[in-house]
Amino acid sequence: MKKLLTGLLGWVDDRIPLTQVWNEHLAQYYAPKNFNFWYFFGSLALVVLVIQLVSGIWLTMSYNPTAEGAFDSVEYIMRDVDYGWLIRYMHTTGASAFFIVVYMHMFRGLLYGSFQKPRELVWLLGMGIFLVLMAEAFMGYLLPWGQMSFWGAQVIISLFGAIPYIGEDLTLWIRGDYNISGVTLNRFFALHVIALPLILVGLVFLHVVALHKVGSNNPDGIEIKKLKDINGIPLDGIPFQPYYTVKDLFGVVVFLIVFAIVMFFMPEMGGYFIEHPNFIPADPLKTPEHIAPVWYFTPYYSILRAIPDKFLGVVAMGASVAFLFVLPWLDRGNVRSIRYRGPYFKTAVALFVVSFFVLGYLGAQAPTPAKTLLARIFSAVYFLFFILMPFYTKYDKNKPVPARVT
Amino acid sequence: MTKRILLVIAGMLLSGAVFAAGGGPTIDLGQLKMDPNDQASLQRGARTYMNYCSGCHSLEYMRYDRIAKDIGITLDNGAVATDMLKTNLMFTSDKVGDQIKIAMTPKEGAAWFGVVPPDLTLEARARGNEWLYQYLKGFYADPTKTWGVNNAVFPDVAMPHVLLGLQGIQTPIYETHTVTVDKDTQQIKTLVDLKLTQPGTLTEAEYDQLVTDLVNFLAYAGEPIKSERERLGVWVILGLILIGVFAYLLKREYWKDVH
Repeated sequence: MKKLLTGLLGWVDDRIPLTQVWNEHLAQYYAPKNFNFWYFFGSLALVVLVIQLVSGIWLTMSYNPTAEGAFDSVEYIMRDVDYGWLIRYMHTTGASAFFIVVYMHMFRGLLYGSFQKPRELVWLLGMGIFLVLMAEAFMGYLLPWGQMSFWGAQVIISLFGAIPYIGEDLTLWIRGDYNISGVTLNRFFALHVIALPLILVGLVFLHVVALHKVGSNNPDGIEIKKLKDINGIPLDGIPFQPYYTVKDLFGVVVFLIVFAIVMFFMPEMGGYFIEHPNFIPADPLKTPEHIAPVWYFTPYYSILRAIPDKFLGVVAMGASVAFLFVLPWLDRGNVRSIRYRGPYFKTAVALFVVSFFVLGYLGAQAPTPAKTLLARIFSAVYFLFFILMPFYTKYDKNKPVPARVT
Repeated sequence: MTKRILLVIAGMLLSGAVFAAGGGPTIDLGQLKMDPNDQASLQRGARTYMNYCSGCHSLEYMRYDRIAKDIGITLDNGAVATDMLKTNLMFTSDKVGDQIKIAMTPKEGAAWFGVVPPDLTLEARARGNEWLYQYLKGFYADPTKTWGVNNAVFPDVAMPHVLLGLQGIQTPIYETHTVTVDKDTQQIKTLVDLKLTQPGTLTEAEYDQLVTDLVNFLAYAGEPIKSERERLGVWVILGLILIGVFAYLLKREYWKDVH
């Protein structure tokens, strides 16, 4: 039997590099041995991607992408399809979980300087994933055809109208109609279930390929490839399989427990994962008193509202995401990890995190003069983090970095 | 400007009061205490719904037999008690597997009430149980309105007080404040309480119970799978914890030789 299987593997290996890929990317891919909590989120993002793809496929089996039938079909899934409620809650919880996991993953990169040379492309491809993910989430949110779906999309699409000269035509081109309608719903459905997931999966593949070319960073920000034993294996490296596969397996189970708690016991998450007005069918004639995007967009929405001019607000919102792309070139520090950075960087990161949370909170609230003022202050903090980065990272009092990981 | 910024930050740090601003009913109409597992309460709620609400409000994502199955209108073998269902909750020629629709068309509804009476299947999820409870207790006499009533939590609502015969008539109690803005003095009336001045056929406690049951039923209709979802969730989480223990032990075994 064993001989037969070895023979089969040899037959396959002669035709497709199965064993070679297994070794290069798992069994002989050497990852630093000092990964901590923050390093779970990469594999978790992959798990959530699979959850979204699988639950999404099953949702499309019963979903009806028309303005007349969309809302009804979602309730049909919730009530009449066997375990339809489970599939739908999986998808709604998964959407929010995706952003939580991806934000943690990006924050890890920021903490340990994982975007620095030679990992610029890993970071850029990751940012590409983030951008596509935002488009994917935005278009998916229109599909239940509830009040927030409709009016949220209305607000976001109208932003393009602020672009001089081409703005109005552009919004018309995006919607395919003078208002958001069944035409818009249909094209968003096509993009949400085919175009964007394809791009997403492609980018994820490239993200991992790029990572495995340069090797993983670690909480000490030390290049483990610098110190190798006589066999050419990094002294501080351990093979991904089995060490990190079993460790990530444990991480995945813990994550699934948290995921299940939300999905089974609080799927609406107090109106943040599923917004209450979205239980009312879309009505183009009735504007809700308060339109708030889903929580993962609120920081950028806050920045948009903080600027009094609509066009400049759109520019600022775009810039708030665009700045993340150029992080590798803004950072002039000579160390990677926050462990060996000086007080300037640590303070800047702390302020950035506070501003991100405060902006996120404010974006979900109806504006008042005091809140608008707060949003302006923290928008400034948000942007200063990036604009001043070349200076405070360069002149920071960094600590010496040890030769080996700790 | 700097002073304003400092004031805002100070306010935020000290009290969080900046975040506390928000609307909501100005008067207290009592607390909702309902038990989603109380089948008798759900049955009474369904009865009230079919007798008082279903003339104008459809429940179009619910089916009669699903309700019967979930709230215990069943035979000993668990099958739907069709006769009991038909006699008690179905007053139309619908079949037991039908969705609960109404005869009034949206056009007629709009003509007769000014707005189309909404479908109520998801009303509890859109508005919240607490809001529904307050709303159903918030009607008061207002002769200026078409139906002679207004509502404390939904001002100028187009709906008549369908349960008026049961609850009786509540009279509003106002407080008058004098507000002076730029030497311009104005009297502002705010609603502070509702007082039952003409009792209905139910006592206040009975009416509270009726509304509680009705809200309980509407909460059920909003998400009929809720109790099953929570029941299943416990087992899934227990299973995951068990897998987690073994995953942890496996990880620990492998990592013994990593130093």
